[in-house]
Amino acid sequence: MSEINMIVCCKQVPDPEAPPSAFKVDTAANSVTLPPDIKPVIGQYDEFALEAALRIKDKAGGKVTVLSLGNKLVRDVIKKALAVGGDELVLLEDDAFEQSDSWSTAYALATAIEKIGTYDLILCGRQSSDWDAGQVGTGIAQLLGVPAVTLARKVEIDSGKAIIEQVIPDGYQVVEVGLPAVVTVTSELGNLRYAVLRGIMAAAKKQPTVWKPSDLGLDSSQVGAAGRHTKLVRLFQPVKEAKCEIVEGDSAAEAGANLALRLRQAKIL
Amino acid sequence: MTENKGVLIYGELVSGRLSSTTTELLGCGRRLADQLKEDLCCVLASDAVGEAPGQAIAFGADRVYAVEDSALKEDQADAHVQVAEKMASEASPRIILMGQTPTGRDLAPRLAFRLKTGLSTDCIDLAIDPETKLLQQTKPVYGGNAHALFTCDIMPQIVTVRAKAMTPLEGDDSREGDVIPTTVDIDTSVIRVRIVEKIKEEVTGVKLEDAPAIVSGGRGIGGPEPFKTTLKELADVLHGAVGASRPPADNGWVPEAMHIGLTGKIVAPDIYVSVAISGASQHIAGCSGSKTMIAVNKDPDANIFREASFGVVGRYEEVLPALTKKLNELLAG
Ligand SMILES: Cc1cc2nc3c(=O)[nH]c(=O)nc-3n(C[C@H](O)[C@H](O)[C@H](O)COP(=O)(O)OP(=O)(O)OC[C@H]3O[C@@H](n4cnc5c(N)ncnc54)[C@H](O)[C@@H]3O)c2cc1C
Repeated sequence: MSEINMIVCCKQVPDPEAPPSAFKVDTAANSVTLPPDIKPVIGQYDEFALEAALRIKDKAGGKVTVLSLGNKLVRDVIKKALAVGGDELVLLEDDAFEQSDSWSTAYALATAIEKIGTYDLILCGRQSSDWDAGQVGTGIAQLLGVPAVTLARKVEIDSGKAIIEQVIPDGYQVVEVGLPAVVTVTSELGNLRYAVLRGIMAAAKKQPTVWKPSDLGLDSSQVGAAGRHTKLVRLFQPVKEAKCEIVEGDSAAEAGANLALRLRQAKIL
Repeated sequence: MTENKGVLIYGELVSGRLSSTTTELLGCGRRLADQLKEDLCCVLASDAVGEAPGQAIAFGADRVYAVEDSALKEDQADAHVQVAEKMASEASPRIILMGQTPTGRDLAPRLAFRLKTGLSTDCIDLAIDPETKLLQQTKPVYGGNAHALFTCDIMPQIVTVRAKAMTPLEGDDSREGDVIPTTVDIDTSVIRVRIVEKIKEEVTGVKLEDAPAIVSGGRGIGGPEPFKTTLKELADVLHGAVGASRPPADNGWVPEAMHIGLTGKIVAPDIYVSVAISGASQHIAGCSGSKTMIAVNKDPDANIFREASFGVVGRYEEVLPALTKKLNELLAG
């Protein structure tokens, strides 16, 4: 088989590992806000998807194009994808892409993938780290009419096919699918590698390709908020009234024994 | 164009019986259908549906479409989506409910994109807006750090529902309903994924989802061994099971089947003991339905202490053996 062309979809998101107390809802704007010291990141599962692509490239060669949709994407954040070994960066970046839902995101990404033209494997994270919808990868596959395999923990290419270990309840299954195909990746695949200095320097020199809706032949009614199929009516934070009773003791072990006594006394056990 | 009416559930079977999430969907679907004064139907598609159709009626369905086809044996999404699409056009429901299960997560987006409608996954609350009759779809977002309410005015409105978020009805064998054996021509040439082999990772003892007590370990456990010793010994005293947050599963310390949370299993035991887990929202998403949560963590500022009812601040290596020993004495005496 000739060179494998891979496209990895990566989304810039607020750091999902920020402490829960950092997340606030701006009810007027219907959006989630975080303090400015918490920097955006590439979504966790998108990083796993990128790692899957890089492992294929390590073994069999090929080209990794990273595709990201959003607005005001922070170059230092998204360029990490180049620094770790991605070959090209294509950004769908415009005000009109703001407030996309799964439908309008997948629609624009699928259109961009068609414009890129050559692709064997499209890799996506199993779900975004902000809206947690888990639809875009499978949605792209439906729109392009190619097969999809979800929840991959290992992806390899062999004789023009993808061989995938897919997580299933109580284990995993090995599946085989012809190319092109979409594969969504889960956390067991393993963390994204660190960037090395040479990669960081190369990434600094590379300029991403930026496409606006018109470059994709889309009009503003098909993208972002206007292209949504679902309407966000309200965002809120559920009130928590949990109060934790800390059981103490002279030592950690004594505290442990005291916890047993306390649970017994409270008739929990 | 026909008017979209009623609620349709795409159910799941486990060894010829309704899965527990399907009974939960039926409970929720019944309530929505009653509010709309419309019917609740349920599609059950498998190589053999067994006694599940009757069960679905006992749990609240008015009508069950039973689709038996050997092409469904391997539960391939490319096959199920054909059944779901056909039934969606035949029954033209207003609402389609599926489980936020491995099958539902895979199937629902395929169906929604084919039908060119919207989808909200992982809903925990569903209601009918009395004025618009639209489904109000509430789901946790940002890992559970916020909740979002969505609507969709394209029909059918499709949602997947989180396990254990809805209550099933009491099964009532005297409830009446129709079972309609249905044939769908499944085109096997579009099943493009071939299953080469299945590898089961055995988890011994009490099943996590059914366990009355769970002792769950996090990254702070440090390796695979304590899951089999320190944590297991406490779980045994509680007649429960051992679980984990995501890092132990990602690191291969425990099988993936033990991973609890947004992207793992959803559990709701009477007692959940979280050990060396920081309490990220994505983890809490999988265990917030527990009756009593108990936390052991060496960091007094860990978020888990904002979720638990009882806590001990300390190293688990010291706290747990003493807790287990004392409980053993108390429960024996
Ligand atoms: C989209 C998305 C989905 C996710 N889904 C899930 C999911 O389903 N489930 C899940 O768990 N996570 C999930 N995560 C990851 C989640 O955000 C956290 O990274 C993860 O839950 C952290 O696991 P932890 O608490 O075990 O580890 P850490 O956050 O590293 O916490 C370890 C804790 O152990 C304590 N500790 C260390 N040593 C000791 C000791 N000797 N004794 C006592 N305490 C000790 C530390 O004080 C610390 O609090 C998801 C993330 C994303 C973005």
